[in-house]
Amino acid sequence: MAAPDPLSALVESALADVAASGDLAVLDEVRVRLLGKKGALTEQLKSLGKLPAAERPAAGQRINEAKEAIHAAIEMRRIRLESAALDLELSRGAIDVTLPGRGQDAGGLHPVTRARLRIESIFSQAGFHIASGPEVEDDFHNFEALNIPKNHPARAMHDTFYFPDGRLLRTHTSPVQIRTMRAQKPPLSVIAPGRVYRCDSDMTHTPMFHQVEGLVVGERVSFANLKAMLHTFVERFFERPLAMRLRPSYFPFTEPSAEVDIECVFCSGKGCRVCKHSGWLEILGCGMIHPAVLDATGVDPEQWQGYAFGMGIERLAMLRYGVDDLRLFFENDLQFLKQFP
Amino acid sequence: MKVTYRWLQEFAALKAAPEELARRLTLAGLEVEAIDGVAPPFSGVVVGEVLETARHPDAGKLSVCTVTTGSDRLQIICGAPNVHAGLKVAVARLGARLPGGITIKRAKLRGLESEGMLCSARELGLGEEHDGILELPAALANGTDLRAALDLDDCVLEVNATPNRGDCMSVFGIARDYVAAQERRYLTYSAPAVAAVHGETLAVQIEAGAACRVFASRVIRGIRRGARSPDWLRERLRRVGINSISAAVDVTNYVMLELGQPLHAYDLGRLTGGIIVRWAAPGEKVTLLDGKQYRLDPDFLVIADGSGAVGLGGIMGGLGTAISDATTDVLLECAHFVPDAVAGRARRLGLHTDAGQRFERGVSPALPAVAIERAAALLMQIAGGEPGPVQLTPGAVPPDRAPVRLRRERLTRLLGAAVPDTEVQGIMGAISERVDATPDGWMVVAPAHRFDLQIEADLIEEVARLRGFDSIPESHAQVPQIPGLAGERRVPVERLLTGLADRGYREVITYSFVDPGLQRQMFPDAHALELANPISAELGAMRVSLWPGLVLACRENLRRQQTRVRLFESGRKFVLDGTQLAEIDTLAGIVTGSRWPEQWGSASEAVDFHDVKSELMGLLALTGDGAVRFEAAQLSCLRPGRTARIYRGQIAIGWLGELHPQLVRTFNMSNTAVLFDLDVELAFTANTPQYKGISKFPSVRRDLAVVVDESIPLAALQENVSVSASGLLNDLLVFDIYRGPGIDSGRKSVALGLILQDSSRTLTDVDADAVVTAVVARLRDVLSATIRDR
Repeated sequence: MAAPDPLSALVESALADVAASGDLAVLDEVRVRLLGKKGALTEQLKSLGKLPAAERPAAGQRINEAKEAIHAAIEMRRIRLESAALDLELSRGAIDVTLPGRGQDAGGLHPVTRARLRIESIFSQAGFHIASGPEVEDDFHNFEALNIPKNHPARAMHDTFYFPDGRLLRTHTSPVQIRTMRAQKPPLSVIAPGRVYRCDSDMTHTPMFHQVEGLVVGERVSFANLKAMLHTFVERFFERPLAMRLRPSYFPFTEPSAEVDIECVFCSGKGCRVCKHSGWLEILGCGMIHPAVLDATGVDPEQWQGYAFGMGIERLAMLRYGVDDLRLFFENDLQFLKQFP
Repeated sequence: MKVTYRWLQEFAALKAAPEELARRLTLAGLEVEAIDGVAPPFSGVVVGEVLETARHPDAGKLSVCTVTTGSDRLQIICGAPNVHAGLKVAVARLGARLPGGITIKRAKLRGLESEGMLCSARELGLGEEHDGILELPAALANGTDLRAALDLDDCVLEVNATPNRGDCMSVFGIARDYVAAQERRYLTYSAPAVAAVHGETLAVQIEAGAACRVFASRVIRGIRRGARSPDWLRERLRRVGINSISAAVDVTNYVMLELGQPLHAYDLGRLTGGIIVRWAAPGEKVTLLDGKQYRLDPDFLVIADGSGAVGLGGIMGGLGTAISDATTDVLLECAHFVPDAVAGRARRLGLHTDAGQRFERGVSPALPAVAIERAAALLMQIAGGEPGPVQLTPGAVPPDRAPVRLRRERLTRLLGAAVPDTEVQGIMGAISERVDATPDGWMVVAPAHRFDLQIEADLIEEVARLRGFDSIPESHAQVPQIPGLAGERRVPVERLLTGLADRGYREVITYSFVDPGLQRQMFPDAHALELANPISAELGAMRVSLWPGLVLACRENLRRQQTRVRLFESGRKFVLDGTQLAEIDTLAGIVTGSRWPEQWGSASEAVDFHDVKSELMGLLALTGDGAVRFEAAQLSCLRPGRTARIYRGQIAIGWLGELHPQLVRTFNMSNTAVLFDLDVELAFTANTPQYKGISKFPSVRRDLAVVVDESIPLAALQENVSVSASGLLNDLLVFDIYRGPGIDSGRKSVALGLILQDSSRTLTDVDADAVVTAVVARLRDVLSATIRDR
């Protein structure tokens, strides 16, 4: 029986040391002791020179094989130890993912603003520009130029807030029609959203509310165009096909004038509490601009014609978001507001 | 106004059930707001007559009645106190179904059989009366179904005519419009003339000729004293909401409702001398039928007699000459007042009358001559009397209306749809008796009752309205495609709103008018525009700031148990400078409570000035213009020492500060609040970004702790560091502020981090040290700063 091979014994004890390494630091010590610059196997390689030339290749190969075997064992051990260390780190670092996050709560826009921005966006995409006008108005822009002279019965429909000097709070956004047509030459298409005021306060009225005025003037802008625009608008706003009807009505600044009803969005026209069982919801007023209004703004009614409409934003917001009490919009209760992201 | 289905039927073949009639009227512009049956559904109730009654042997309050319904004799037990032989009654026969789901069955009452029930008004849903059974008119035939006998299948329509349609404020007017829409026929009304039996007239003098174009009058002598209107007329008035008063008054009301012409009946014996139609003298007084005395302005039209004003022209008659039960001689007045002479006057007196409503919308000047014949005939039919001749003052029939041109091309262009000539012709013929075809269209003379038909557009409207707006197709306009003006020179407002929402703010909308007292408390020096007619004293002044509304909204939410409140509003404030009013688009907010939502991992701290400042800087950074300064300032409603005015360059753009502790107490808030206000126009003018080369060379940081007096703001340090860093300062950080041991009281240590960078080379330590040396020297010289030992 041959004497025990010292190299084999070295490998055997090295492998045992590797296997016994409990952590990466110990393993690294083992590696340095065996494979480092002054390590046992490195020393073996250095001693090759002392062997006869004929034995050197075979001995060299054996030493290299031993070295590789040990290296491989160390690498495998390293991977296992690293993996175990990672597992330990992971198991210790677990957090409660159900705890709340840090930082500011979510805020949000008022539902009337949300509805207004939607309306603006829909009309902007259709080529409308956005205009504005003063909220403290004069009689001329709010009434006279809109073909509503003093003592006109239509004034009784506007419960107007006045200032001692005769100025007033605009009762509708229609004065922006006048200001726009006086400032710009047709053709034009604008909408004018804003606050309006009426001296009225009860279950279904607040002294301040919001309207969007629309105005389109061109040489051939027709009633048929008005119908198409409004119908498209309501279907875009409510994101569904909706029946629409126009009822003849009266506004001094349009002729013909119409009230627009849409199929009730709650009962699809079958009749419910919201539509008072009529199946219809009145949502806006509109018409073809009265020639006297064009005239008052210096636009030739023989050449130009157009349509105008006005809608209440609160009304649309109530229908869209299912708000059943107008007054909620102005109570600013966070429990209400937080429902609108 | 209210009209009944039957009344309309007198003038038009309706050919539609009430619901369909209402739909058609609505779609032709006469909105029907309600349809109410005059009685709820019931059946099996007939007219009967009580033949005899006897006391129930076992019940003192019950009567055993023998009732005939024509063919049958029934024994009915009845508890009503008013039942007696000879009374016409409503008999619910066996099997009758009454309102409320009651079915009448054979029943025994205290041992005696009852073959039906005698009904009270309430049991039939005809009224509230329940003290006794309904007493029917003696003329009704026994056995007649009660619904037919009392015309209970009629219904009342509430028709809302628009203010331009005075012609539709009558039963006939509505029928006329309906017939035009449905049958393309022009409906006319004629009242047979009532021949005069005497020649008596009363002198009428019109001084206000432009306001009163026709005054028809007629003397009727000898009507029956205290005459009562017949049941049919009383019932018809009742159904449309008018109480019966006396024959003469009922007749004037009836004719007004039927034809739309307001009339007035005077007690002839109480008039002194002739009638004068004139403008009121300034301050003239008149006592009207409502018993109240009114002081008049000189633009009120009065009807006067020799003693003074006896009525308000076109609005209401006077008390002194009113019809009474003793009246036998009547003067009927049937005048035309032009809309301008009446419009707005009733409202000014706080009155709302049927006559005023009609005249201000326009009543045909041709109508007085017709209506006075109708009224005379009806009055004589009811109350007898001897009529004199109709007197028209000044006598002339009002001149014709000017023809209005309707061009085919305009019609097509305005509606966006061609309408066949025959149809236009038919529609015009249904609203006017005078339509002439011309090469390019038609010439139409509007009838006297159509005040709304003045110009071509009005006729085009008639074509669209009577065809139905549904008949016009929808087609999208071909519009010029001109891009909008939305540019980069302004931060879009939407971006500001979402920017604040993303920072945890909730948008509110508060009223533009606020409590003047509260506003003065916050802004004692500001002049607010005050409303002449506020809805309430607490909403009396236009806001000069969004803060009063925001503070209240905040407080209300705190009261509702919210602990963190972060609100903003976007809207206008109304700032008076002398008489010049500026409406300033403003973004303002209020924050109170903890800095962060209550959290498991960090202690709760109250929000402060610098939290909100950082949020505002985030918004202001959207402009791409970093030149924003916060300067210590004072504002009455903010806490001194914690208030900043915000500037961009030299322009003041807003405020930031803590609510004044005094106001915190006034509002009963437990914590302070931070308020901000930005002028949107000035604050959010934006720069278009322009790219500058990125330095390829690394930056160097040097930290420096400088000790300065408390009064030295960071801005002063920044400015001096910047000057002495000679263009190499890329950024300046403040990473600590220390007060306490090692620092003299009244001084503070500010730790600055200087980030230095050059665009053309790598800075060496020598370069950086040179900058630090220069900075230290300047801070020492200018701000008496010392360098704290590290």
